[in-house]
Amino acid sequence: MSTLAHTVGDSATMLRRNLKHAIRYPSLTAVVIALPVIFLLLFVYVFGGTLGDGLGGVAGGRSAYVDYVTPGILLLAMTGAAQGTAISVAMDMTEGIVARFRTMSIARAAVLTGHVVGAVTQTLLGLVVVVGVALLVGFRPDAGPAQWLAAAGLLTLTAFAITWLSVALGMVPKSVESASNLPMPLMLLPFLGSGFVPTDSMPGWLAWFAEHQPFTPIMETLRGLLLAGPVDGGDALAAVAWCAGVSLLGYLWARRLYDRDPSR
Amino acid sequence: MVEATGLRKAYRKQVVLDGIDLRVPEATVFALLGPNGAGKTTTVQILSTLIRPDGGTVRVAGHDLAAEPDRIRAAIGVTGQFSAVDPLLTGAENLRLMTDLRHLGRVEGRRVVDDLLARFDLTDAADKPVAAYSGGMKRRLDLAMTLVGRPRLIFLDEPTTGLDPRSRRAMWQIVRELVTGGVTIFLTTQYLEEADQLADRVALLDGGHLVAEGSPAELKRRVPGGHVRLHFTEPAQLAAAAGLFPAATRHDDDLTLRVPGDGGVSAVKDLLGRLDAAGVAVESMSLHTPDLDDVFLALTGHRTEEKVNP
Repeated sequence: MSTLAHTVGDSATMLRRNLKHAIRYPSLTAVVIALPVIFLLLFVYVFGGTLGDGLGGVAGGRSAYVDYVTPGILLLAMTGAAQGTAISVAMDMTEGIVARFRTMSIARAAVLTGHVVGAVTQTLLGLVVVVGVALLVGFRPDAGPAQWLAAAGLLTLTAFAITWLSVALGMVPKSVESASNLPMPLMLLPFLGSGFVPTDSMPGWLAWFAEHQPFTPIMETLRGLLLAGPVDGGDALAAVAWCAGVSLLGYLWARRLYDRDPSR
Repeated sequence: MVEATGLRKAYRKQVVLDGIDLRVPEATVFALLGPNGAGKTTTVQILSTLIRPDGGTVRVAGHDLAAEPDRIRAAIGVTGQFSAVDPLLTGAENLRLMTDLRHLGRVEGRRVVDDLLARFDLTDAADKPVAAYSGGMKRRLDLAMTLVGRPRLIFLDEPTTGLDPRSRRAMWQIVRELVTGGVTIFLTTQYLEEADQLADRVALLDGGHLVAEGSPAELKRRVPGGHVRLHFTEPAQLAAAAGLFPAATRHDDDLTLRVPGDGGVSAVKDLLGRLDAAGVAVESMSLHTPDLDDVFLALTGHRTEEKVNP
């Protein structure tokens, strides 16, 4: 068999292992899905009425805000999942079985790839749940099939990027506790961007950060696609470029961390 | 099967291995013996490609460690000190994981899994999660997983530490069967008895240095201490016996006489014959052969169970 076939086969074996873990011990997945749902309900029902009026649209109010906030909540869901991924990678690295994998002739990236593909799958399933709840509380997307497909593609790319980054973050510290804290700042990014309120409502210095951080072009593009509004070409390009860049960086970093000596 | 020259490893300023040489011929059992902290696990981790040495050249299974670690990985199996099983999967799933990673194919994989489950007495527990296994069961599963793919060289890092005597003997039996099948075993242990039972050659590791190497018999021969101890009830008998054996050490306080010797049957017969001929009444006797513990004490100045603090 060729090297590529081995890499794919070994990664698939590792993916099966990770999915079995996720199915048998679903508590982490459940927490990861529950968090964005709670935030969605909180922002729609508690803040939504007021924030919706502040959007400056013709409709305003709660129903306008559901449409506005859903892309932000989807990104928030991904950052929550990133924390889950970092925790499970950190826990896995403390297991003797990973030491065994390192002494076996298996594709070097397979252990990590298994984690990434498993986590992306879980994240996307989580997003389906979040979108479902959003629809129940009044989210009314106008996207056609092509726009849904494009939105799903962008969400997958984003999940892929965030997951590779969080796999690396899960391997940086020695302890599982620290690993769970490292991806925390990511959870602030949807707030410090256009996720919950338009960036032009922020003070100048914050607005500058909000407009130039990676989540904003992703959320803007998603919003455009889902609401069948205009999609800014520059935003879309920036969104894809950020995803590609972060994926590559996360991948290289994770590989490097995995290849270092496991002993302290 | 294993050839290492000048192997060195240090963590920051702490030197763990200070230039050790090892040679393990094919289809033999090699035991690396030493107290906690001597560098045994580090040696196994280096030879099994898990960590990189700071210096020295290593060939394992015919391949250079630095140049072709993946060729080595294809030829070896490792059972570490900490159980290398996936606690969230069942025993059968753990073994399937190994057959998949060794690319055995569906049919062959299933056959190997069933075989190993039966051989290691795990068939009944096959579908239970490993988290519910006892220590002995986990260790058996661990070794079974190592055997998937028929490695030619198996590293066993303290395979029986923490096992009860029955499980320990079962493990020894498995090791003997493997060697009969042509497998080379590289074993580390802090139990002298284990090295004595299993190994063709033993190396004593202490503080990052090899202090001795040889067969268990050779090592024992290097250390004096074998003797026959004779117990008497009367001082007069002790004195008479002491007269017969000038090389013996006499202990008047507990009425015993230590006669140096290797404890062989003919030597003991000869000794008893001379006592009988001289009409000396011996109450009882006991044989003392030097064990590896004596060897360790003689060569390093401390016993194996003492922790080495540099």
